[in-house]
Amino acid sequence: MLIKLTAFDLSLAACLVLLLALLSWKMQLLITRQLLVAGLRTTVQLLLIGLVLKSVFSNVNIAWVIMITLVMLSVAGWEILSRQHRKLKVWWGFGISTASLFVSSFMVTLLALTTIIQADPWYHPQYAIPLLGMLLGNTMTGIALGMDRLIQTAWQQRMIIEQRLMLGQTSSQALAEIRRDSMRAGMIPIINSMAAAGIVSLPGMMTGQILAGAAPVEAVKYQILIMFLITSGTGFGVISVLWLMSRRLFDERHRLRFDQLLKQV
Amino acid sequence: MSVLKVSQLVYQGCGPVDLAIEAGECIGLTGESGSGKSLLLRAIADLDEHRGDVLLGDVNCKSVAAPEWRQQVALLPADSQWWFDTVGEHFNATDTELFQRLGFKPQVADWMVSRLSSGEKQRLALIRMLASQPRVLLLDEPTANLDRQNTTGFEQIVADYLATHNACAIWVSHDREQLQRITHKIYTIEKGRLNLC
Repeated sequence: MLIKLTAFDLSLAACLVLLLALLSWKMQLLITRQLLVAGLRTTVQLLLIGLVLKSVFSNVNIAWVIMITLVMLSVAGWEILSRQHRKLKVWWGFGISTASLFVSSFMVTLLALTTIIQADPWYHPQYAIPLLGMLLGNTMTGIALGMDRLIQTAWQQRMIIEQRLMLGQTSSQALAEIRRDSMRAGMIPIINSMAAAGIVSLPGMMTGQILAGAAPVEAVKYQILIMFLITSGTGFGVISVLWLMSRRLFDERHRLRFDQLLKQV
Repeated sequence: MSVLKVSQLVYQGCGPVDLAIEAGECIGLTGESGSGKSLLLRAIADLDEHRGDVLLGDVNCKSVAAPEWRQQVALLPADSQWWFDTVGEHFNATDTELFQRLGFKPQVADWMVSRLSSGEKQRLALIRMLASQPRVLLLDEPTANLDRQNTTGFEQIVADYLATHNACAIWVSHDREQLQRITHKIYTIEKGRLNLC
């Protein structure tokens, strides 16, 4: 049984958001504009991607799939960059975050498509694009958090890092605790959501499948697959971002070089 | 042959600097703030980019890995940094006999860093630096925050170390009297150039 949503159904839900906007305007909570803009954006963006997916699904072509995934990848890369508190040099920041997203999402999606899901053809957009989208969206958060923690903590503790270098530690030793801390910061959200899944929260993807009429156990199996893919993707992604960032943070003589990474030092 | 030899060293727009220090020798360096004293020490420890050559014996800085170099050519800043909670975590297990030799009880390893006085902290920072048995000590206003008694203790440790380890030192200070008391030669630094007093 699949109950299709009508435009009227969606308008009802939109009314709730409008009501909230009205209330927050009355109470001067200074969120009205952002709320309306974001609501508008989500409607337009999702409708557009719906149309794009519709035409891509009916016309399976690897060139289209590659193009869409590259757009998704670079937008996610920019998103990570814009979530950093310290302004990174644009090309380095973008390069490092996209490279890590590539490891975390592309490789994991590729592996899942070719060995686990095995659609025909393996790049069939009905599987490839939603899967990549889910991985990008989730690993992006972890990578952005890990990157931000590394650069912020290293900046605050730059005196300590230099002191450790003075004592003859390698750049890797001098950064060991900070790296550990950043890894934790990047991984905690996904570890928490794995721990809470099914008890505190029903994950969105599974809920969506069930609402759309799938058998719960089938939906659960997909959700478990997704969880594992997201977790490993996030982990590999955060590790690559830490590795790339800590290499760039020092020069070949183990000197702390924020000027190589940050816009203003 | 001199222990440390600096030739045509250009760093951060200062220099060129030429300097040679013999075993057991301690030279003093003084000059106004911003004259490039600290930067010179940082360049010698290879913490900043520089041109020219720095040699330890006949080994050029460029030919050794930077961490190894800094264990041999050790820099002590005016304010030491500590990153673990207790003193002992900053030392190897084998270093603890150094505590006793330098006037601390072995229990000092369990002390909290946050409870140390500035004198204790600076003496412990010196011990921590000496643990790697450096040949060159670069001391950047090491006693600026210490009282007279702690200063004397600090000077004593350095003098003993230089005498027993064939090492040498560059001691940066604003205190001319102190430099005359403990160093063999005093240089003033002006716009990054050295002049013997």
